[in-house]
Amino acid sequence: MSAATPASQRSLAEHFVEVRQQEEARTIGMWVYLGTEILLFGGIFGAWAVYRYQHGEAWREAAHHMDLWLGAINTAVLLLSSLTMALAVHAAHALQKKWTLLFVLATVSLGTLFLGIKAYEYMQEIHHGLAPFAAPIPVRQAFTPATELYMNLYFAATGLHAFHLISAIALLGGFILWILKSGLSADRAATLEILGLFWHLVDVVWIILYPMLYLTR
Amino acid sequence: MTTAHPQAGAHGPPGPAESNYLTDGTGLKSWLFTTDHKRIAILYLFSITFFFFLGGIAALMIRLELLTPIGDLMESDTYNRMFTIHGVIMVWFFLVPSIPTVMGNFLVPLMLGAKDLAFPKLNLASWWVFMIGGLLTFFVILLGGVDTGWTFYTPFSSTYANSAVTLMATAIFIAGFSSIFTGINFIVSIHKLRAPGMTWFKMPLFLWAIYATSLIIVLATPVLSIALLLIAVERVFGIGVFDPALGGDPLLYQHLFWFYSHPAVYIMILPGLGVVSELIACFSRKPIFGYKAVAFASMGIALVGFLVWGHHMFVSGQSVYASQVFAFLSILVAIPSAIKIFNWTATLYKGSIGFETPMLYALGFIGLFLFGGLTGLFLATIAIDVHVHDTYFIIGHFHYIMVGGMVTAYMGAIHFWWPKATGKLYPEWAGKISALTIFLGFNLTFFPHFVVGYLGMPRRYHEYPPEFQIFNVLSTAGSTILAVGYLFPLVYLAWAYKFGKPAPSNPWHATGLEWQTPSPPPKHNFHEIPVVTEKPYAYTAPEEEDKS
Repeated sequence: MSAATPASQRSLAEHFVEVRQQEEARTIGMWVYLGTEILLFGGIFGAWAVYRYQHGEAWREAAHHMDLWLGAINTAVLLLSSLTMALAVHAAHALQKKWTLLFVLATVSLGTLFLGIKAYEYMQEIHHGLAPFAAPIPVRQAFTPATELYMNLYFAATGLHAFHLISAIALLGGFILWILKSGLSADRAATLEILGLFWHLVDVVWIILYPMLYLTR
Repeated sequence: MTTAHPQAGAHGPPGPAESNYLTDGTGLKSWLFTTDHKRIAILYLFSITFFFFLGGIAALMIRLELLTPIGDLMESDTYNRMFTIHGVIMVWFFLVPSIPTVMGNFLVPLMLGAKDLAFPKLNLASWWVFMIGGLLTFFVILLGGVDTGWTFYTPFSSTYANSAVTLMATAIFIAGFSSIFTGINFIVSIHKLRAPGMTWFKMPLFLWAIYATSLIIVLATPVLSIALLLIAVERVFGIGVFDPALGGDPLLYQHLFWFYSHPAVYIMILPGLGVVSELIACFSRKPIFGYKAVAFASMGIALVGFLVWGHHMFVSGQSVYASQVFAFLSILVAIPSAIKIFNWTATLYKGSIGFETPMLYALGFIGLFLFGGLTGLFLATIAIDVHVHDTYFIIGHFHYIMVGGMVTAYMGAIHFWWPKATGKLYPEWAGKISALTIFLGFNLTFFPHFVVGYLGMPRRYHEYPPEFQIFNVLSTAGSTILAVGYLFPLVYLAWAYKFGKPAPSNPWHATGLEWQTPSPPPKHNFHEIPVVTEKPYAYTAPEEEDKS
C-alpha cells in the first residue's frame, strides 16, 4: 500500500519487531476505527432505510425539499478533495514537501468550500421554513409527521457529517503546521496516509448521504 | 512440574535485585502518564474498583428501601435516581470495562508474548477518556443524578426528564470512546503482535474471548454513541428524532439502544467465559476439552449476539413477526453458551481438581452462569416474556449473568493473576472464605427475585404489595452478606500486597506465556521474545508432575 519510502527511513517503536509490522498495525487500527465510524452513521442509515419503506410516498415528497444542485456541487467538491488528498499522500511518500503542502492545502480548502456551501444550504432551508426545530409554530403545524422526521434526520445526519469534516480539516490543518515547523519525513508521510484514510471516510459517508437524501425522490 | 525458565533469575529467590514494572519509575506522574500496559491495567483496577463500590452503595440503598413494602427511606423520585446511578455506574463504569481493561490490558501482551499493546499511547488515552467520562458521571450524581433508568428511554429522557440527562449521556458517550480505543488496541495486537509460533489456534482461550469481545465493542459502541448523541441533539437543539411531539419515533431509540446494549451484554460476559476456560483447565490439570469448539463458541456468541436485540422489545410495539425471529435467534445463543458449559464439565471429568480460590470462583461461575442462561431461555420465549416483562424475574436473570457470572469471573481472574501482577501471595484461607461468602450472599440476594418476579412484582418501584415482603427481606439480607464478601478481598489483598509472601513466577504451575516471566514482570515483559512450540493448555497428569 505504501511502499514509496524505504523502510530504513522509518522509525520503529520499541514494542514492534519490524517496520512492516508497525505499518500494518497502524493501518489495521485505522481501518477498525473507520469501521466504528461506519457503524455510527449506520444507525442513521438503517433508520432511514426503514422509514423510507414505511413512509414511501411521504418521504419521496419530502426529498423534493432538498436542493439537488447544491448537493450535487458539494458532492463534486468533496470527490475532488479526495483526489487532492490522494495526491498529497503520494507526494508525501516521495518526500516532496512543496507538493505535499500544496495538495493538503487544496484538500483543506475544498473541505472548507463544502462547509460553506452546506451552511448556505442550511440557511436557505431555515429561511424557507424547512427546519422543523427552527420554524415558527404555524409553519411547523403544516408538516406531516413523516416530513418532519425526514427533515430532522436530514439535519442530524448532515450535521454529524459536517462535524466529522470539521475534525478532518482541523487534523489536516495541524499537519500543515507540523510540516511547516519541522519538515517532512518518511514517518510523517505515513501519518498523512492514516489521516488521508479518515478524510476518504468522511467523503464516503457523504457519497452515501447524497443519494440517500437528495436523489431518492 | 519443572519450572523451566529460559530467563535468568527465575530459579533463585525473587529478590529485589531485578527491577519490575512496579518499581521501574516512581511518583504519581510515572503512573498517570505511563504507556506500560501493565500499569494502565493497575490504573483501571483502582478506577473501576471505585466505581464498583459507588454502584454498590446505590444497590444497597435500593435494597434497604425495599426492606419494607412502603416507601420510608426515600421518595419515588430519589429511588428512580438511585437505580439509575446503580445501572449507569455498574454497566458502563464497571462491567463493560472490568475484565477487558484490567485483566485484558495486563494479560493480552503477556499472553501474546509481546512487549506491549499495539498502541500504548492510545491505551493511556483510553484510561484518561474513561476517567473524564467517569468523573463527569460522578459530577452528575453530585448534581442529583438522573431519573430515566440506565436505558434512557425516549421520549421521557429526551423531552420530559427534569434532570441532567444531557450531561449524563455525554459522560457515557465519552466513556464509549474509551471502550473503542481498548477494542481497537486488542484487535490489532492480536492480529499483529503474536510471538513467533503463536498461531491463532495456539492462543489461550482468554485471547479468543477478548478478540470476540473487542469485535463487539468496535461494532456496537458507535451505535450507542449515535443514540446518545441524538438524545442530546433533541434535548439541546430540539431536532426531534425520537419524540413524537417533535416528529420523531420513540421506537427508533429502543432499536438503536438495544442494538448496542444487547451485544454489550456479551461484551460483559465473554471475557468472563475466557477467564473461566483458563481457570478450569489449570485447576483440572488437563488440556481444555474441545479447544476449537470453545474458541468458535466465543465468535458464535459475538455474531448471533448482534441479531437478538429485539427480544428487549417484545412488548414495545414491534412487529410480531420480528418478535418471532428475534425469539428464535435469542434461543440460538444458548447453543454456543452450552458448548462452553459442556466443554468445561468435560474438562473437569477425570481431572485432578484443585480447590484453590480462583477455582472456587470458576466453579461458582459455571453454576450461576448456567442458571442465568437457562432463565434467559424463559425470557426469549415471547409468551413467558410478556408475563414477566419488567418484573423482578428479569432483574434476577441478568444479575445471575452479570454479577453471578461476570463479577465472579472477574474475582476469579483477580485471584488467579494476583501473584503475577503483584509478586505476592494472598492468604488462601481468606480467599476461600470470601469466594464462599460471595456465592452464598449472591444466591440469597438474587434467587428470591425469580420467585417474586414470577409472582408479579414489577421492577423500578419503591413500594410493593406487603405479601412480597418476605422475599425482599431475604434479598436485602443476602445483599449485606454479598457486600461483606466483596469488601473482604479489599482487606486481605491490600494486606498481601504489603506483607504477603513473595510469589514464584508460576505459583499455579499453569501454562501460558505470562507465567514464563518473573512475578511481577519486568517493564518489557520478557527478557527475550518467547518462541511458542507447545499447544495451549499442555497440562500433564499430576502423577507425572510428582515424578519431576
